Amino acid sequence: MSKINWYKYSAPVTFYGLAGKMFPGFAILSAILFAIGLYISFFVAPTDATQGDAYRIIFIHVPAAWMSMFIYVVMAAYAGIGLAFNTRLSAMMAQALAPTGALFCFIALFTGSFWGKPMWGAWWVWDARLTSQLILFFLYVGFISLQAAIDDPRRSDRAGALIALVGVINVPIIYFSVKWWNTLHQGASISLTKAPSMAHTMLLGMLIMALACWMYTIAVALYRVRLIILERERNSTWVSDLMKEMK
Amino acid sequence: MNWGSFSAFLHMGGYAFYVWSSFGLSFALLAFELVQLSLRKRTLLKRLGQIQKLNEHRGNK
Repeated sequence: MSKINWYKYSAPVTFYGLAGKMFPGFAILSAILFAIGLYISFFVAPTDATQGDAYRIIFIHVPAAWMSMFIYVVMAAYAGIGLAFNTRLSAMMAQALAPTGALFCFIALFTGSFWGKPMWGAWWVWDARLTSQLILFFLYVGFISLQAAIDDPRRSDRAGALIALVGVINVPIIYFSVKWWNTLHQGASISLTKAPSMAHTMLLGMLIMALACWMYTIAVALYRVRLIILERERNSTWVSDLMKEMK
Repeated sequence: MNWGSFSAFLHMGGYAFYVWSSFGLSFALLAFELVQLSLRKRTLLKRLGQIQKLNEHRGNK
């Protein structure tokens, strides 16, 4: 078995090139999956018997909500690794994921609102699911602004990692909130133990949209981490060599 | 196919405002993120170019 030199790929200079090579593939995949996903969402999936066509918001709402939680966990893991092993690249990855996570969290919140208004008659209720999701948004904003407020990158990485790790406790709270408390929000549409409570085409559309969001997130995070690497390594010789080549 | 006509598609069974606002705003935000990233790249490369020039200038002296 050949040994992969992980240290090589954890060096920002190597990862800069690698991320540049991976970006186009994920970007194209994301565009294709969004096209298929949107087609299924509007033209293949049937109108819901009880919620009419308003339910179609699910195709963006649920993937965005999943992403907001997944990205937070991945971000916290990267931040934690950075904190424990002092690896620069993992802290940069955490920083690269945060804005996209915040974006999906915001999308989940307002699409939920636009769904809640016609179905529940209210834009917002202080329900356990909605409130914990709002807290997730504040955690993202806190992480981003804390990192931006501290000039020294090492110190800002450490401070960011602490808020990210402490905030992880909120993710299972969001996920199980619909079970633990009596909420207005409906239960999970998909679980590992039960058959999904929705039509196959609806489920398929939702999964493809979720996959599209995944590819989008990976592409954007790779793009952003390259910029962060360049910013942080601006005084190194490899960056100045790169700039010479680009001229 | 779910829709008899294009106007029926736009009408979304009476939920046009909610459905189109959700999808429109979501994709507008994703597009905004992409634009913001490419602007950030442009400013960064400009700044790095200036640093480069400055260093070469110092090196020549």
